[in-house]
Amino acid sequence: MLTAPEVLSTYFLETRCQLLEIGAVLDRLDRAAAGDPPSDMAADERLGKVYQSLQLLADRTTTPDRAERLLHLFSDPA
Amino acid sequence: MQIIQPHYHGIARTAQDYERMAMSGVVAVAEPAFWAGFDRKYPETFIDYFRQISEFEPTRAAQYGIRHFCWVAVNPKEAENPDLSREVLRQMPDFFQKPTVLGVGEIGFHKTTRNEEEIFEAQVELALQHNQLILIHTPHLQDKVRGTKRTLEVLAHMRVDPQRVWIDHIEEHTIRAPLDAGYWVGMTLYPITKCSPRRAVDILEQYGTERILVNSSADWGPSDPFTLQECILEFRRRKHTLQEAIEVFHNNPCRFLGQCPKFDLRPIRVETV
Repeated sequence: MLTAPEVLSTYFLETRCQLLEIGAVLDRLDRAAAGDPPSDMAADERLGKVYQSLQLLADRTTTPDRAERLLHLFSDPA
Repeated sequence: MQIIQPHYHGIARTAQDYERMAMSGVVAVAEPAFWAGFDRKYPETFIDYFRQISEFEPTRAAQYGIRHFCWVAVNPKEAENPDLSREVLRQMPDFFQKPTVLGVGEIGFHKTTRNEEEIFEAQVELALQHNQLILIHTPHLQDKVRGTKRTLEVLAHMRVDPQRVWIDHIEEHTIRAPLDAGYWVGMTLYPITKCSPRRAVDILEQYGTERILVNSSADWGPSDPFTLQECILEFRRRKHTLQEAIEVFHNNPCRFLGQCPKFDLRPIRVETV
């Protein structure tokens, strides 16, 4: 296994890239929603889950099972 | 659709890439002089490299029906060695006479050092003296904002015509100032470290298509010439017309590069009959 510094060095740029893509998608969505015709996306459940995911990822004190919890978040109830 | 790849490092790629690019509609590429992955020691090594991209590489591309043009320069990274750079610069005008050399590039900043700045200014001056187009690299990642700002400050004190200068590798945080100052800008599509095809289309939708070029660079590092075609697909998927795509991915390179008479491809328009 890689050490923690090795993991960060290996995946930092990839993570930066993925975060940029998420930011760009949300920007794209906001611009489109403000366009003609305007759309109110606030009630869309999918978008709600995207923002819940971002909150989950922003918590540095959480346990290392983020991917599993994200998948549960995007799953239908069992 | 006919496509021009305006920034492409063919010497780092296989013949198969040329073949696939030709099959996907690429009709011309332009190859700036760049860093070889290691710092060269001798001016002669640069001269042979310039011969390679101005004499040999066009013959490789021609096998697949692709026109090949190039630029000559000391790249920003090796500009950190001013003595070597000055010796190379002394011999660069010989290459301005070659039939496929379009100008001086890619020059500019890597770490935005004093040595880099000295050689950047010298290369801009050389281009102006010989009426050459100018292609400017902006730094990668965390150095990009500072390097782009300094690039514009340096150019502002020189007598350049912004219409003949292309500032490359811009992203969301560096596009406004060069465009506002009248320069051409380029977006370079890389899998990880530069702009992505989707973000490039976002930028085109926000800023319009005037004075904007899109390229894949495609060098010896993690890169892919077909990010350009991926960008075209994304552009079309978002309901932009074929002619709008041609304007960005064929006609804009014609408009900028065509300021050099050697680049004889012309803008095209699709018509129904």
